[in-house]
Amino acid sequence: MNDKPKLAVWKFASCDGCQLSLLDCEDELLALANHINIANFPEASRAVLDGPYELSLVEGSITTQEDRERIQTVRRQSKYLITIGACATAGGIQALRNFTQVQDLMDIVYASPQYISTLETSSPISAHVNVDFELRGCPINKQQLLEVINALLNERKPNISPHSVCIECKKRGTACIMVSQGTPCMGPVTQAGCGAICPSYNRGCYACYGAMESPNTQSLASWMRGLGVAEADILQVFRSYNAEDPAFKRQAHRHNGEPNEGT
Amino acid sequence: MKGHSADKNNNSRTIKVDYLARVEGEGALFLKIRDNLLEEVKLKIFEPPRFFEGLLRGRQFTQAADITSRICGICPVAYQMSAIHAMENACGVQVEGTLRELRRLFYCGEWISSHALHIYMLHAPDFLGYDSAIAMAKDFPDIVERGLELKKIGNDIMKLMGGREIHPINARVGGFYKVPSSQELATLRQKLTHAHDLALKTVKWTATLKFPEFSQDYTFVALRPPDEYPMNEGRVTSNKGLDIDVSEFENHFEEQHIAHSNALHSVMQPGNRSYHVGPMARYALNYDRLPDDIKQAAQAAGLGPVCNNPFKSIIVRAIEVVYAVTEALRIIDDYSQPKQVAVNVKPRAATGFSTTEAPRGLLYHRYSIDNQGLIKDANIIPPTSQNQKMIEDDLSRFVQSCLKLPDNEIQYLSEQAIRNYDPCISCATHFLKLNIDRQ
Repeated sequence: MNDKPKLAVWKFASCDGCQLSLLDCEDELLALANHINIANFPEASRAVLDGPYELSLVEGSITTQEDRERIQTVRRQSKYLITIGACATAGGIQALRNFTQVQDLMDIVYASPQYISTLETSSPISAHVNVDFELRGCPINKQQLLEVINALLNERKPNISPHSVCIECKKRGTACIMVSQGTPCMGPVTQAGCGAICPSYNRGCYACYGAMESPNTQSLASWMRGLGVAEADILQVFRSYNAEDPAFKRQAHRHNGEPNEGT
Repeated sequence: MKGHSADKNNNSRTIKVDYLARVEGEGALFLKIRDNLLEEVKLKIFEPPRFFEGLLRGRQFTQAADITSRICGICPVAYQMSAIHAMENACGVQVEGTLRELRRLFYCGEWISSHALHIYMLHAPDFLGYDSAIAMAKDFPDIVERGLELKKIGNDIMKLMGGREIHPINARVGGFYKVPSSQELATLRQKLTHAHDLALKTVKWTATLKFPEFSQDYTFVALRPPDEYPMNEGRVTSNKGLDIDVSEFENHFEEQHIAHSNALHSVMQPGNRSYHVGPMARYALNYDRLPDDIKQAAQAAGLGPVCNNPFKSIIVRAIEVVYAVTEALRIIDDYSQPKQVAVNVKPRAATGFSTTEAPRGLLYHRYSIDNQGLIKDANIIPPTSQNQKMIEDDLSRFVQSCLKLPDNEIQYLSEQAIRNYDPCISCATHFLKLNIDRQ
């Protein structure tokens, strides 16, 4: 029992969906528990074992001073630290605050904003500590999660392809909806991993997995313009669930008449 | 749970739970006991705020369903349905027929999955004395596996109807992007027939658990549609005489911001009263809408037409799983594939309202949009904000009745009493620490 590697799951600003992916492994969960010691996973257990942990899964983004300190503690206790999902990897949907004044948002949502303590920005985990692997997606794919856990515990590189969603459409035999139906699609610049679900449902990809390794966002934006998509809408597709993803952030700036940050 | 501590000086005690487990999100509990009297109960929600209502401003009305589903990974369908219905309400569109039925099928998937998760993985370990379902599985493998199997079938519905279980992609204002084929539903049907058996076993099994004696005269609030058990629509009603259209919701319920919480507390006016939403409220207000065989199953499990013991919510949830499976089967049997996957919805400057029944209770959305479909203003009241005051009230009464127990037992029972509500702190903002201060 005690020689099994210890796994911890940590939550920061998030919806809980990515850690739920672990409980959604209905067929694998009990088998998994035979090989690893689920030592710190409050959503599933009230028993908490102290670190250090072989593997920490981190969900959520950093939005408070307290969390900024807590992620340092998590890092110190973890041999491997893996971020799971768009919040932890690119700030999440809540990173839309980074493009506005957070005080204005507080005034909109809370009657007594003075009770709220928050940072100006929502930032990815990698802005604060060294991250050993970033698993993309809003939400992550549970098979990819199992692969990452398996790989890290066996000291090998996770087998997660960095190519675009287009490859997944080809693999599953979905005709390109941009070509055949004229539907704007973020697939060409978006990291694969979901299985190209949206195009198979006759819907354009909306980039919940963030940018693929070498995205040509400029080219895609001009294709979208050609399909009649308004500038403001092009800006919004790049500035949504992975707004702090550097390639998407850069492209969104171009549609807002904002100076290029050059990052 | 880690973080528990007890200080005894004079006649006072302090017990802390810094991080409540087996709930979704981050919360804590603080109890103050003086001279054997419970003086103060605080359910603290410290999950960081994410400002969704602010972030929605300036986005297209068609994006609200996808954006708000990110409030909660456990009940994304509820967010999508409330957002979509509110937008259709603003635009003066009512989606009927098969598309309406398919939305209901989609929701059944979430009810089955979310309830099975809560019954087996989050709540049952309290009754049987385990820290987690994984620990419970060592002694009761068949029970835990049954729960996982049932949950998976709920997820299968969401996967077919939504493309994936968490943050599905197929629902949109006006309908869907794609509707299932009869063949796809036939495959699902086989699984649901099996799920029906699992769900009935779940009811029987939950009825064998040991329940603390604790009944309250609750104000239950739930939707009541004209002729069905509530999911996507209906009037907002209570067992104390409330019966309003959803557009009047904010005249009767008010969100208040209190210092110990990042979530807004919702109270009923007049008088800042607490009220109870969720399975027990739906059941009490719509018992007559359940098919006879389900009423019989409830009766056999010891439930009357109203259940006032929150610890027995686990049985009511199991009854709702049977209902959701039965309803899904009915929808599949009546299905013929519609020609249109969605109706056209043209934006107009207006305000739209919707409440739907998330697994853990009423979820209210209100949006104002302009002629171009841009969101001007949004208000979202999730179920856990509504139950938060009710949970504190339950704790005040319940803990008072067991003050003679040692702190660790009070803590255990308090956590269980909170889990009765299947609180979703990510929704309410975020979740739980326990602090007992005894003097």
